[in-house]
Amino acid sequence: MNPLPHGPEWDFELIERYHVAIAETAGEFGLDTYPNQIEIINSEQMLDAYASSGLPIGYPHWSYGKAFIRNEQSYRKGYQGLAYEIVINSSPCIAYLMEENTMTMQALVIAHASYGHNSFFKNNYLFRQFTDAEAILDYLVFARRYVMECEERYGVAEVEEVLDSAHALMDYGVDRYKRPGPISAKEKVARKSERDEYEQRQFNDLWRTLPQKSAQSSIPDNRPFPAEPEENILYFVEKHSPRLAPWQRELVRIVRKLAQYFYPQIQTKVMNEGWATFWHYTLTNRLYEKRVVNDAFMFEFLHNHTNVVTQRGFDERGYHGINPYALGFAMMQDIRRICERPTDEDRAFFPDLAGTDWKKSLDFAMRNFKDESFIAQYLSPRMIRDLRLFVVADHSGEAELEVDSIHDEHGYRRVRRMLAEQYRRENMLPEIQVTRYERDTDRSLLLRNPIFRGRPLREEEADQVLRHLGRLWGFPVRLEAVSTDGKVESTREWRP
Amino acid sequence: MNYLIDRRLNGRNKSAVNRERFIRRYKDHIRRAVKGMIADRSIKEMVQGGDVKVPAKDISEPGFRYGSGGDWETVHPGNKEFVTGDRIARPNGGGGGSGGHEPGEGQSVDDFVFTLSRDEFLNIFFEDLELPNLMRTAIAEAENKKYVRAGYVKDGTPSNLSVARTMKTALARRIALGGEVRDQLVLARAALEVARSEGRPSARIQALEAEIAELEARLKRVPFLDDVDLRYRHRVVQAQPAARAVMFCLMDVSASMDEHKKDLAKRFFTLLYLFLTRKYERVDLVFIRHTDEAEEVDENTFFHDPRSGGTVVLSALELMKTICEARYPNSEWNIYAAQASDGDAFGADAGRSARFVQEHLLPITRYFAYVEIPDDQEGRRSSLWVEYETIPSRDGNFAMRRVSSAEEIYPVFRDLFSKETA
Repeated sequence: MNPLPHGPEWDFELIERYHVAIAETAGEFGLDTYPNQIEIINSEQMLDAYASSGLPIGYPHWSYGKAFIRNEQSYRKGYQGLAYEIVINSSPCIAYLMEENTMTMQALVIAHASYGHNSFFKNNYLFRQFTDAEAILDYLVFARRYVMECEERYGVAEVEEVLDSAHALMDYGVDRYKRPGPISAKEKVARKSERDEYEQRQFNDLWRTLPQKSAQSSIPDNRPFPAEPEENILYFVEKHSPRLAPWQRELVRIVRKLAQYFYPQIQTKVMNEGWATFWHYTLTNRLYEKRVVNDAFMFEFLHNHTNVVTQRGFDERGYHGINPYALGFAMMQDIRRICERPTDEDRAFFPDLAGTDWKKSLDFAMRNFKDESFIAQYLSPRMIRDLRLFVVADHSGEAELEVDSIHDEHGYRRVRRMLAEQYRRENMLPEIQVTRYERDTDRSLLLRNPIFRGRPLREEEADQVLRHLGRLWGFPVRLEAVSTDGKVESTREWRP
Repeated sequence: MNYLIDRRLNGRNKSAVNRERFIRRYKDHIRRAVKGMIADRSIKEMVQGGDVKVPAKDISEPGFRYGSGGDWETVHPGNKEFVTGDRIARPNGGGGGSGGHEPGEGQSVDDFVFTLSRDEFLNIFFEDLELPNLMRTAIAEAENKKYVRAGYVKDGTPSNLSVARTMKTALARRIALGGEVRDQLVLARAALEVARSEGRPSARIQALEAEIAELEARLKRVPFLDDVDLRYRHRVVQAQPAARAVMFCLMDVSASMDEHKKDLAKRFFTLLYLFLTRKYERVDLVFIRHTDEAEEVDENTFFHDPRSGGTVVLSALELMKTICEARYPNSEWNIYAAQASDGDAFGADAGRSARFVQEHLLPITRYFAYVEIPDDQEGRRSSLWVEYETIPSRDGNFAMRRVSSAEEIYPVFRDLFSKETA
C-alpha cells in the first residue's frame, strides 16, 4: 500500500483513502462488521446528538431540552469538550465525525467506531439478543411520529405526563432474559397434531363411562397474579394497567423499547470501549508497520490514544472511578499477551487461554460476555498489579472504612470478584419487582424491593417514582422493602 | 458498502423543539425571573435576554436509587501504601455508610441556570398581550412575492424546459401529421399483398412498391422533434397577502414635559415599538411630536432630539389625520395611535382636541391609547384628561391611563394591550 499523505487538514477524498486503508487492514484481522456510514457533523450538531443519547431521531421531550441546555452551556464555557465521535448501533452502522478533528483524529475515530464498535455491535451476544440493528432507525422514526401525533390529538401536556412517568421507570423497563416469543401458527398445528396422535394412541372406550365432573364445581380463580414476580415494571404496566388508554400504552411501550435498546450498551461499557480502543490501537499500529502512515501521524495518534486510556489513581485530581476505556483496553491487550507470551502465573490462572491463537480467543471473549462476566473471567493478577487495584469495604456498622484486599497472593481472586460485582446490575440499581396485582379487589399493585446488602432506597426519590407509577396505574401502589429472611422492613404507599 | 456523508449542512437546531418544551414546562420559574429582570433593567437592556435559575430539586428526574447506608465494597486503582486490614477514616466525617461510590453525585445539587435568548425573552415579556381589534384590513401591495407554477408555455429559458411535456407534444404531432400517410400505407401494403398473391403484372407491383417507398419516406420526413413541440414550465409571480398596520406615536415635547416625563413616554413607545414589530411582519411607524406646532420626525429624532416650546395638542392630531388621508387610507391599513402627554393644554385646545379625536380620529383608528404623565402624584386632573374623559368609547377603541413612574410603565402597557377575553 502506498503511504498516505499526512497533515492536519482533511478532505473527503482523503477520508475515503484512509478508510480504504483501515478497512483493508481490518480485513486482515477478520473483523466482522455491519456496513459503515460515516457522517461529518459540526459541533452544534454534536450537541444535538448528545441530547438525544446519540440517537439521530428522537421524540420531543423537555428532558432532552434540559440535557441540551446543560451540555451546550458547559461546552460554551469550556468546562467540557465534546466527544470525538458518536456511533449508533444500527445497520448500516452510523458514525459521526466532528469537522473540527484533524485527519489523524478522523482516522482514529474511523478505526475506533466504524470497525471497533461496529464489530462489537454485530457480534456480542447481548446486542444480538436484544437489539435489532436493521430496525432501530425505522422504529425511531415511528416513535417520533407516534408521539407527535398523540401530542396533536391529546395535547402536549397529556403526552408529557405519560412520558415523564414512563421515564422515571425507564431503568425498570428492560428484560434481562429473552422472553419466549409467541408460537407460530405452524408450530401450533404441529403441537395439536402431536397431541391428537397421543390421544389416539391412548384411546380407551372405558374412559367414556366415567362420571363427568359437574360444571358447577369450577371455583373462582384465587391464584395470585402474576404467578411469578415481574421485574420489567414498564412491561407489566403496559400489559395490565387498568387505567391506561391504548395510546398511552403505546407510549409506555416506546419508552420501554428504547430502554431495552440501551440495555446492552450499559451492560458492556468496559468491553465495548475496550474492544474499540484495542482495535484502533492495533489497526493503526499495523498501518504504521506497513508504512502507510508516518511518524508524525503516529505521534499525534499516540498522544490522543494515551489521553483516552489514562487511568488516574484514587488520590489524584480528576479521579472519577475506573475509566472503562483504560480497563477495557488493558484487559484486551492482556488477553492478547496471555495468548502470545504467557507466564507461569498466567498458565496457572488461565490454562485454557494461555498459548492459544489470540485472534480466536479475543473474538470468543468479545462475543460471549458482558462486563460482569468478562471481568470475572479474564482479569489477570498481572492486571491487578499493574493497576494496583484494592478493595475498600464500607459497612454501615463500622465507624471506619476497611481495606478489604489488595494486589497480593490472597487478594487476586477477591479483587477480581469485587470488580466484577461492581458491574453487576443489582449493584448499580436497586432491585424492584412486581409481585402482586389484586385484580379482584382494589386493583392495587404491590412491588417488592429485596434489600440488597442492607442498602436502603433514597426515600424522597422513591416516593416520587411511586407517584409516577401510580399515575400510570391509576389505583393504589405499594412498595415493600423486604429483608433477606422475608420480613417486610418498610412499606411506602401511593393512593390516587 | 460504505458511505461517507457530509451532514454539516443539515439543520443544526434539532434540539430547538426540546428546548422549547423545557421552557414551556418551567414557564412559571421563567416568568418569575423575567419579572425580576424587568424591575432592574432599562428598556434598552431589556431586550437582551438573560439568565434564569431553576432549583435543582424542581428539575430532577427521579428514579429508584440507592441511598446512603448499607454495605459497599468499591474497587479503586492506584494503591500505594495500603495493605489488607488497614482502616481509613470516612472521608465525609462518618455516619453510617457514605455510599460515596457515585461520582458526580455532588454536582446535581447546584441550581440549573440557563440563558434565555432575546426572542424567548420577548415572547414571555409580551405574553398574553394582543393588539386590540386586530383585523386584517386589506391585501397589501405585493410585499412577499412567490413564484407559482402555472401550466406550460411555448417559450422560455432552456432551464425551464419540460422534457416529458415536450415529448408528449411531439408524439401527438407525429401521430397527427402522419395519420393520413399511415392510412394510405396500410391500404397500399394490402393492395401489394393482393397483387402479389393474385400474380398481377410486375409493373403493377412495381408501382405499388414505389408508392409504398414514397409513403414511407414521407412518414420519415415527419421530424421526431420540432421547434413547435417545445414546452416550458411556466411560473407566475403571485402576491402574498399581508395585513399591515400603521402606528402613530404622538408625543408632547413642550417645555412642561421635562426630561423625566419624556423618558417615561419614550419607554412607553419603545415597548410599543418592540411589541408591534413582533406582531406584524409589516408595521409602519409614524412619529409625530408637537409643541405649538406638530411635525413628523424619524425614530431617532423622536426619541433622542431635545426640543421645547408651547403646547397645541390639536396640531398633532390634525397632522395625524392629514397623514392618514395622504398615505394610509383607512380601507387598506389598520391604524393605531398612542399619545403621550402631560395633559397640559390651554384654553379651548383641550376641548377641541377631544372633539377632534372623537369626530375624526376614532372612526378611522382601530385603537387610540392616551397615556398621561401627570406633574405630581396627587392626581390633579389635567384639562386634557378631563376633556378626553368625555369621549364615549363606543367600540372600546379608546383607552386612557396615567403613568407617573417607570415601574408603572409595564403594568399600564399590559393593561392597555392585555388579550381581550372572549
